[in-house]
Amino acid sequence: MPTGMMAGAEFAGAFASPVFDAQAVFRALMEAMARPGTIQPVAASARAPEPLAPAAAALALTLCDADTPVWLDAPLSAEAAVSRWLAFHTGAPVTADAGGAAFALIADAGALASLDRFAHGTQDYPDRSATLIVQAGSLTAGPALTLKGPGIEDSATIAPTGLPQCFADLWAANNALFPRGIDLVLAGPGAVAALPRTTRIVAKGD
Amino acid sequence: METRHDHRPDAARRRRLSVLAQGEGVLLAERWAALGIDPECALVRGPEVGLIALRGRMGGGGAPFNFGEATATRATVRLADGTIGHAVALGRDTKKVKLAAVIDALAQDEAMAARIDEQVIAPLERAIVARDGRRAEETAATRVDFFTMVRGDD
Repeated sequence: MPTGMMAGAEFAGAFASPVFDAQAVFRALMEAMARPGTIQPVAASARAPEPLAPAAAALALTLCDADTPVWLDAPLSAEAAVSRWLAFHTGAPVTADAGGAAFALIADAGALASLDRFAHGTQDYPDRSATLIVQAGSLTAGPALTLKGPGIEDSATIAPTGLPQCFADLWAANNALFPRGIDLVLAGPGAVAALPRTTRIVAKGD
Repeated sequence: METRHDHRPDAARRRRLSVLAQGEGVLLAERWAALGIDPECALVRGPEVGLIALRGRMGGGGAPFNFGEATATRATVRLADGTIGHAVALGRDTKKVKLAAVIDALAQDEAMAARIDEQVIAPLERAIVARDGRRAEETAATRVDFFTMVRGDD
């Protein structure tokens, strides 16, 4: 029985205090969604097998369960230990069908050429859409994005690394689908930020 | 139990975990003590009590509906050599579930599996069959057959 014999990293790394840590991460994510562009610290630590980063792992532990199929991008799905870690700790089914996934974990956002493959919801049920959890090496060191929209008084700026060059165009196309569309969560080192579907990326000075 | 023949590669482990989940905690502790082994083990998760959602299907083939919830306990342990064992059972008997997880881990060693199957699993299985048989008999004794008299109107 190979799965039992390999006492690997997939069994370690859960929250030290499952209930309170998950609540704290959920609160941070809710703040990030309510105030797009703000960076919310995530104190709770979760350790998952590489290349799943700690903040993205903490979000997965908080959000995923048996009812939420999870899609993994190429670097994450190449590492079987990541799927096993998710299965053991969250019970979430890992799916190869991006359109059927409730959450998409993305380690290499630069490879995203399009957001079309993810579920955008329907006109009647716009909530049946995917939430993308994107790992970013930093939330402040990349090219600056100026954000406007609900939850932002004037404008907000965020500078995540690793997004594709065409990201502003992809996001404008996502905005155009409203009320349908995907929501995006950026998982940086020890912090999260969010781009809900209502947030627009504007050129500087607009 | 064991009415269908299981050909999956981990059939023996499935059967063992099924017996451990259904068996009585007291008898399990007794058989375990008789085995006389006490390996070092670390708890990876639990034993923790939670709820599982139950779904049913009318007649076995209808549309699934939410039936209710049941209390279940799960545990995962790691032995000193790194072998992982899992167990889940209905109810809130954390001692039983922890022991079941240790037995699952130990039984991944084939020599140990034979010993465990003979001295722990087999007696537990006999007790389960006896218990289920007794329950079925008690139920059958109070059975009422309903039938309609022929009314003779034609």
